Amino acid sequence: MIEIKHLTKKFETGDATVIAVNDISLKIPEGQFISITGRSGSGKSTLLYQLGLLDHPTSGEVWIDGILATELSENDQTRMRLHALGYIFQDYAILPSLTALENVMVPLLMQGIDDKTARKKAEHALSRVGLGDRIGYLPSQLSGGQQQRVSIARAIGHDPKIVFADEPTANLDSETSRTVLEAFLELNKEGQTIVMVTHEAEYAALTDRIIELSDGKLISDVLN
Amino acid sequence: MPKRPGLLEKWSTDIMVGMFLAKRELKRANKWTTSLIVFVMLLTFLNLVVVSGILVGLIQGSLDQNKKFSTGDVIVSSFLNRSKIDNSQETIKIIEHVPGLRAYSARYTGSGTLQANYRDVLLKDEQPNSVGALIAGIDPIKEDTVTNISSLIVEGSYLEPTDSDSIVAGSFLFRKYNKNEFPGLTTLKDVPLGSRLLLTIGENSKEYTLKGILKSKVGEVDGKIFMLDSELRKLTGRTDYNVNEIAISLVPGTDPAVAKQALIEAGVDKNGRVQTAAEAIPQFLDQIKTTFGLLGNAISAIGLVVAAITIFIVIFVNAITRRRFIGILKGIGIAPRAIIISYIIQSLLYAIIGAGLGILLVFLFLKPFFDLHPIDFPFSDGILVATIDGTAIRTGILLLATIVAGYIPARIVIRQNTLSAILGR
Repeated sequence: MIEIKHLTKKFETGDATVIAVNDISLKIPEGQFISITGRSGSGKSTLLYQLGLLDHPTSGEVWIDGILATELSENDQTRMRLHALGYIFQDYAILPSLTALENVMVPLLMQGIDDKTARKKAEHALSRVGLGDRIGYLPSQLSGGQQQRVSIARAIGHDPKIVFADEPTANLDSETSRTVLEAFLELNKEGQTIVMVTHEAEYAALTDRIIELSDGKLISDVLN
Repeated sequence: MPKRPGLLEKWSTDIMVGMFLAKRELKRANKWTTSLIVFVMLLTFLNLVVVSGILVGLIQGSLDQNKKFSTGDVIVSSFLNRSKIDNSQETIKIIEHVPGLRAYSARYTGSGTLQANYRDVLLKDEQPNSVGALIAGIDPIKEDTVTNISSLIVEGSYLEPTDSDSIVAGSFLFRKYNKNEFPGLTTLKDVPLGSRLLLTIGENSKEYTLKGILKSKVGEVDGKIFMLDSELRKLTGRTDYNVNEIAISLVPGTDPAVAKQALIEAGVDKNGRVQTAAEAIPQFLDQIKTTFGLLGNAISAIGLVVAAITIFIVIFVNAITRRRFIGILKGIGIAPRAIIISYIIQSLLYAIIGAGLGILLVFLFLKPFFDLHPIDFPFSDGILVATIDGTAIRTGILLLATIVAGYIPARIVIRQNTLSAILGR
């Protein structure tokens, strides 16, 4: 379970202070598929980065599975990201010098899993997203949708408790977007907690819960 | 979260992941860029080993020739306060039984004046055509066995055991070979082979035929007159058989220090000084060798800094351009140390390949080449001095510099904020 308490993130831009996330508190139970929506600049991605321990909040707390994650050291946060969290970025963020298989293998190897097992798990994760026949391809040899699916496979390959997805369909056509969403729904059916940032109401409607931000503030929290 | 791994487990995982990333980066890197970096490392290695090796080799070549044509492997000479080796014949008997002996040559030495055209009447203020020189009285066969001196003859021929009427002289004594003439340091002018020359030692003079001229790059040899030992004894009126020096040549592979020790244990050191060729090096040559060694190390150090900066720039540019991907790696939980290790492995590999190629080039080509074709310097035949130990140390230094040069830029980039790196802010 994720719990955030009075989370605030401010940015200093010259003389002005921008409050990107403004005193948000919420709880996300295990196994929930939640979407964070809002207009551009509403603070949804910033909130996701704080939840996913990619950035430090100005104030407030993030609790993940009973651990006060915001108080962890840099190294322990890295370990938590490795073992408990998975990320899917808007522009896929897969490593260009690694094949699809190797991209998925890296976090597994970092967990101390041996090469053979890591390879097997990575192949399985790629098969789950329909890329079983593309494991040896470099990112440059894959389409945008396929790259995003590699990114999903990497995020789920090490069986994290929570998957964070930042506008995962933003750069995809509608058909590929639907495929990606279907993959998320399937993962969620298997018990995966998913936190997805999206500005598309159609996709948000498919999730268990929709929260909406405006100017960094939580303005609605609706269960579907 | 699983239990925190032990230190060893953590390091081994970081190294494994670092190697995994480095291997792929290198495999898919631009081949031209990789070749260029390896080439720079090769040049650096050559700069480290060859430049200093040749500088030291200039002097080493001179020392080797001094040993080959003058001192032999071990030399017994008179004490500084004595003119001859005491009990020389007894000493020679001991030398004949020294382990590893190949040959020896006992020399009588002295100094005198050699004069050409001495029958001509000198005009007013005209200087005689003469030169002062050291003289060695030798057994020509034994001397040649030790020093192969006959191979140095550039004009005429070497002495025969019956050549009591002849001398062979070093090239420094002739204007034809030695243009440097200073007040008090003259040379013989226009003296063809077969000329009759007057040799004067002290009060005694005798006429000899110039049978040959020899030329080496050893001042000790090129400034000397060689004649039969019996003749020198006669000319100097020596009645004893005490010689001035005995050059000893050992069977290849024999340690001169062992032979020296055997001579000392047999009591030779009571009659004269016993020195290995290395110990008999003139002090100024030893100092030049040390100075050249230092100079070589200084040049090598500059080369090393240049190589370290090159690696630093390469890794820094690589890490900066991949800043986003470093951010992603950190974002998905890859330990910063594993990422740093991947960069260190990459830079180490460049250095290992460069140094490996350098080692092959030095030991399979350059060293044998310079041994066969030494660099022709006026005072020596320069060789390339590259020992296994010295090369191993220099390779180690290069690899160490590379590790540091790979670590620092990777560390700088790794320390940046993860999210800023991912978003390219």
